[in-house]
Amino acid sequence: MSDLPTNHSEMDDTARDVAAVDAAMPADAAITRRDLIAGAAGALGVAVAASIPLVALGQGANTSAPTVPAIPADPTKLQGAPTTPVGARSAFYKPSRTPYGETTGNSLSPLQDLTGTITPADLHFERHHAGVPLIDPAKHTLLIHGLVATPLVLTVDEVKRFPPVTRTHFIECSGNGRAAYREPKSDMTPQKVAGLVSNTEWTGVPLKVLLDEAGATKEATWFLAEGGDACVMTRSIPMAKAVDDAILVWAQNGEPLRPEQGFPLRLLLPGWEGNTSVKWLRRLELGTRPWMTRWETSKYTDPLPDGKARQFSFDMDAKSIITTPAYPQALTKGWWPVSGLAWTGRGTITRVEVSTDNGRSWHDAELTPTTGVKAPVRFTYQWEWDGSERVLLSRSTDETGYVQPTRAELIKVRGIGTDFHFNPIVGWKVAVNGKVTFHGET
Amino acid sequence: MRRALLISVALTVAACSGERAAPRAPSAGGFASIPARRYGLGRAATPEEIALRNIDVGPDGEGLPAGSGSAALGADLFQKKCSMCHGPKGQGMPPAFPQLIGRDAKAEGFKFSTDFKLQHTIGNYWPYATTVFDYVRRAMPQLQPGSLTNDEVYSLTAFLLASNEVIPMSATLDSVSLTTVKMPYRDRFVSDNRRGGKEVK
Repeated sequence: MSDLPTNHSEMDDTARDVAAVDAAMPADAAITRRDLIAGAAGALGVAVAASIPLVALGQGANTSAPTVPAIPADPTKLQGAPTTPVGARSAFYKPSRTPYGETTGNSLSPLQDLTGTITPADLHFERHHAGVPLIDPAKHTLLIHGLVATPLVLTVDEVKRFPPVTRTHFIECSGNGRAAYREPKSDMTPQKVAGLVSNTEWTGVPLKVLLDEAGATKEATWFLAEGGDACVMTRSIPMAKAVDDAILVWAQNGEPLRPEQGFPLRLLLPGWEGNTSVKWLRRLELGTRPWMTRWETSKYTDPLPDGKARQFSFDMDAKSIITTPAYPQALTKGWWPVSGLAWTGRGTITRVEVSTDNGRSWHDAELTPTTGVKAPVRFTYQWEWDGSERVLLSRSTDETGYVQPTRAELIKVRGIGTDFHFNPIVGWKVAVNGKVTFHGET
Repeated sequence: MRRALLISVALTVAACSGERAAPRAPSAGGFASIPARRYGLGRAATPEEIALRNIDVGPDGEGLPAGSGSAALGADLFQKKCSMCHGPKGQGMPPAFPQLIGRDAKAEGFKFSTDFKLQHTIGNYWPYATTVFDYVRRAMPQLQPGSLTNDEVYSLTAFLLASNEVIPMSATLDSVSLTTVKMPYRDRFVSDNRRGGKEVK
């Protein structure tokens, strides 16, 4: 547990209470008897759990110390937990989205606790503008109207009868990284710096297939996507995107969408700012101009130094972040994988470089998978720390030749007050005592 | 169908592994090559059910309903239905409840990119007046979204525009007059000029 970063800066009251309990326990007592019963043996019920010899549970005769770890001294010497209807994470691994508890707000994905490139569905970041609606899929319908030959109403079951596709794509909120860009602080975690990005294997039907079904006319140049939440979220989208790679999705990572990800139907616009992938989708209207909704005028526009504001800035620029080592880890001398995620809304990441000397020299990192279209790659650079002060940085390049800029370069062209799209090079300072802190002023 | 999909996938793969970078991002889906066809799924929507959901208002006024409302009535409504979140003077409680009213002298000149503490109010940022009507009607008030009558939404829109010094406090708005309102900073909004490549914009 000691090397799993936590996010004290973003804890709510509940998390603080838990932290207080943890702090009151011995350092090696993070796993409690209650955890073991609730996790490993929960399905058996208390009666069976109680029949497990106390000695084997590690309780021994010392019943006055209930916080002693309930871990068998030798797991090979007793039967393990039974099968369960739904799996749970190991009691030793407790990743958490933070912050949480807000209906108009967001929760960030714990990037430092994740490996590979796929985000577990229950750790996918959230951004809601009016909370998560409770929708009965049997009653939910999608209306397609406007410049179509036949205005259509489709049930969720009917949507699933069109030929499906499965694609892996990231979604990133275009506000991702705002705090770290404007006011970088040394105690920021990867989650705090860039946790509004997640990556999923999505299943759905190409939007083009649905538009063909309704008979979209050639005059249509924009469509309005509308959600079924309490703010009836609306975004205007160019038709070119609809027939390129847009998908109406109903599943993520092998199961129906999570409610907070748009159950039962959401739009997915690969590579575009997350707000356009409208959740709880209930209506598509085809027209000839954008609707200028609140979300594409008052919000999700980018003030620029020349006194203008960029509008309909859909593409997410190439970006990367080292997710380990990171605050609040502490390193010892020797070998460490410097590993993280890189992604671009413009197609594929072609190169990720890592610097261990604050940008004086750069090394090509290994990419796994080697490519992903509008999907992240995980990069790794194996590094031997010699005990000297270091700054670790990552820099991604995409297939258009775009190279992730420094924060200073971005401030020059967009200003410190620009409101969305933050993709500066960031990294981590390693002090001589091994402590790792966020380094955002590149 | 399946063959077409396979071909499109193959083309995508070829584009990704080719020696020459594509000028624009390759399509992840490549769905444009799927031939148009109909599966006979779903049913035709009736005009009534379209009308029920089709509440959007365009910047040209399309979709604005009949009715009207005055800024004076809107001032009263604002105190009753909006001020508990947005404040009696529309000052808001950012970020959850945005500031709606205010022509801060520091914000005039659209200096938002150099000062992130400046609040984006309706008067000093929003490019279209019709957006106010559309959003208030569909999403406000927060605890009773969609509960306002069209006349009430016109009144609130008039009050918000008047208190932001866009129209006079004596104004009454309807579908025609709301369409003619030009917001102070409409011309500041430009389309996205980022295209990838070496230049950072």
